Amino acid sequence: MTVAGSGRVSALVAYATYLPRHRLQRAAIGATLGAGGGRGARVVASFDEDSTTMGVEAAGALLRAHPATPGALYFATTSPAYADKTNASAVHAAIALPQATFAADLAGSSRSALAAWRVAQAERGLVVLADVRTGLPGSRDERDGGDGAVALLFGDPEDAIAEVVAQRSWTAELLDRWRAPGEAAGGQWEERFGLETYLPLLRRAAAETLAAAGLDEADHVVVVSPNPGVRTQAPRVFPGACSSPIGHSGAADLGLGLAAVLDHAEPGKTILVLSAADGCDALVLRTTERLARNRQSRPVADQFEDGVDVPYATYLTWRGWLDREPPRRPEPDRPAGPPSARSEAWKFSFTGSVCRCCGFTHLPPVRVCKKCGSADDMDQLSLASSTGAVATYTVDRLAYSPSPPLIDAVVDFDGGGRYTLEVADAQPDDLAVGVPVGLSFRRLFTAGGVHNYFWKARVLAPERAVAEGGDT
Amino acid sequence: MSSKGIRDRVAVVSMGCTRFGEHWTSSAEDLLVDATEEAFGSSPVRRDDVDAYWLGTLGSGQSGLTLSKALALDYKPVTRVENYCATGSEAFRNACYAVASGAYDRVMAVGVEKLKDSGFSGLLRSDPPGDGTAAELSLTAPAAFSLLDPAYCARYGVDPAELRSAMTHVAWKNHHNGALNPKAQFRSEVTKQRIANAPTVAGRLGVFDCSGVSDGAAAALIVRAEDALDYTDRPMYVKGLSLAAGPALGAADPDYDYTTFPEVIRSARDAFAQAGVTDPRREISLAEVHDCFTPTELVLMEDLGFSERGQAWKDVLDGAFELGGRLPVNPDGGLKSFGHPVGASGLRMLYECWLQFRGEAGRRQLADPRLGLTHNLGGRPGSCVSFVSVVGPELDG
Repeated sequence: MTVAGSGRVSALVAYATYLPRHRLQRAAIGATLGAGGGRGARVVASFDEDSTTMGVEAAGALLRAHPATPGALYFATTSPAYADKTNASAVHAAIALPQATFAADLAGSSRSALAAWRVAQAERGLVVLADVRTGLPGSRDERDGGDGAVALLFGDPEDAIAEVVAQRSWTAELLDRWRAPGEAAGGQWEERFGLETYLPLLRRAAAETLAAAGLDEADHVVVVSPNPGVRTQAPRVFPGACSSPIGHSGAADLGLGLAAVLDHAEPGKTILVLSAADGCDALVLRTTERLARNRQSRPVADQFEDGVDVPYATYLTWRGWLDREPPRRPEPDRPAGPPSARSEAWKFSFTGSVCRCCGFTHLPPVRVCKKCGSADDMDQLSLASSTGAVATYTVDRLAYSPSPPLIDAVVDFDGGGRYTLEVADAQPDDLAVGVPVGLSFRRLFTAGGVHNYFWKARVLAPERAVAEGGDT
Repeated sequence: MSSKGIRDRVAVVSMGCTRFGEHWTSSAEDLLVDATEEAFGSSPVRRDDVDAYWLGTLGSGQSGLTLSKALALDYKPVTRVENYCATGSEAFRNACYAVASGAYDRVMAVGVEKLKDSGFSGLLRSDPPGDGTAAELSLTAPAAFSLLDPAYCARYGVDPAELRSAMTHVAWKNHHNGALNPKAQFRSEVTKQRIANAPTVAGRLGVFDCSGVSDGAAAALIVRAEDALDYTDRPMYVKGLSLAAGPALGAADPDYDYTTFPEVIRSARDAFAQAGVTDPRREISLAEVHDCFTPTELVLMEDLGFSERGQAWKDVLDGAFELGGRLPVNPDGGLKSFGHPVGASGLRMLYECWLQFRGEAGRRQLADPRLGLTHNLGGRPGSCVSFVSVVGPELDG
């Protein structure tokens, strides 16, 4: 069953990326701190997003476009929301995988992405890579990082969008990048030390892996690395090479780099992916005819363009660098374990119940129908992929929120069901009665060290309302 | 819903009510002593002459011990009840039924809340451990009730500026009334301009659209109607008592449009039937209603049958519910300016009826009130409990 490198039994069959909506203009950093900054913008996870929630968004998008039951789920990140508790299990629950499907984390470094790739490839599994990249205010990591997620699905080679033709890895112990567990900012040795260690490895990896694939060169080259020098030098060393499409995104970087190529590569083309992180990993893929039909609907580049700016002070608050006066309201209680377990299908995959007698949809699921009174005669139904419309809404300036004001909307789902939800990524002016919304998996708050994951409403742009909602 | 009711079977023969407000120097126990002492002060009954007690408090104590300790009661039955913001009314309702049942001859209903010890704004929740998904956990009470405003405008085609004026008018009226009430938390008039321009709390609700967060307590001594004149020459008779706890359908049902409280309609219908009221607009002389937020009072005028659907905002602006209007609503200032110490509020509403019937309402005194209504709401639009009582100064023929 394990055929790493052969590309025969398992191939890449689908991919999807998720970029948070917010952008931090680098000029805003310079304007505030009086130094640093630069041009362009970086992608910023909202205050209610983490590697788990972004992973859910990417995995959900992939499975909506490409319904499948993966053989396993492997989640890699350098910013796990929990230690001592599997984060992949929350992703698993949110995308409603069968209980018998294995799910595990590969958390720690950028290289964890390759580990997830290798095991998922062997088991026709789903790779979920996600990261929130932080750094001290004014640091290069803050400026050049990017937050995002990508999901990659392995499956039957008959369904391949790209075959893995060859892959090789080399390992090196060196102090280039490091971060103590729990710290929000990491260390970087002198950049040239890492660069000069990695460059010979990269050259060797490219040559030997291309040779193994029977190639002299690849049509596309992706080079990713936590070392900024590698990213800068890559196009010189490998002409035409592209790197991190949203800035360095940790464990998601390799997948986002590959996705950005898959977004436009022609069928029958070869892609060399090189990742320099505590060694060097090299992959050679060959795209298939199916790629043209099975690209994700919105390329990474389009997702990047579709953002809204966040003020630097707000960004610093979201990341915990700036402790601001909260509303005079108590912090919420932590979610409790047993109730959360009992309502796993509701809390994680937004599963309600539909009365078999009268058809009324209950969110959350109930045993006795509020409409007709019949008991224990319900079908379960997940509305996690559903769209709906805002019945009414309000802006709550008194409520506790990590980023006030809190916006809440009463959402009526297409086909039935109503629930009152917080609205993600919204400004008050974005809301109106009748506005179409979808759902987004978020971290509502963290209390007592417990993350409260649940769904929020997200205002859909008109074109996305059509794409996701069908006939609206 | 059908209740047989206990029309004219029990009577209130004494009441007490503390001033509502920020009682930094009084504990919940102090407030309980103050309210009950005032009630005993105007009657020959002493603490241990009362057969049983009902204590209403949302969160200022647990169990009957909260009252029995404070009053050093002689091993009396004390029942603590809680029904959200209708808690005080619930204590009263159960106490009345105990007398009507024949189990006791003399009981007391007491309500208390000590909100200002928390250090936070607004009401606090004390939910059981949960999964963290309940909308109530994030959305505050003003936000939940602010949903009435745009929904009402949309349903009846009311210009939002007109509705804002009506909301302002409710706050202005209740502050005006409260200014005439020595026990109110806020005892000064507030200009409409100041109300309309206040900083917003949620939706279009400003701070003056919200009820006062306060401490306070109130108490009522309840006896058999046939014994009432042994205690006072001017008792207050209970005509009807109704409570409706809904299935929280509105929060789940796309057909619910946030312009009404079905729970209020049901409880009002039931209370009027018990009391023999067929035309509330003409028969009710004064109404103490749950004006937790200004749009709530607007919607209640329609749900209680005092205004036609979609017309309450006009009636409000026409002055129909002012002290000199066709039906004075919240003559004591309401939750808005009397304040809202949760467990005490329902009994405070009855206290105003008590004063009005006895001619003891001072500058707020109405001419010859015949029937009073109190309405107390707990929860939020789409998911609430509603209490309605009808009380009067005379036994029906």
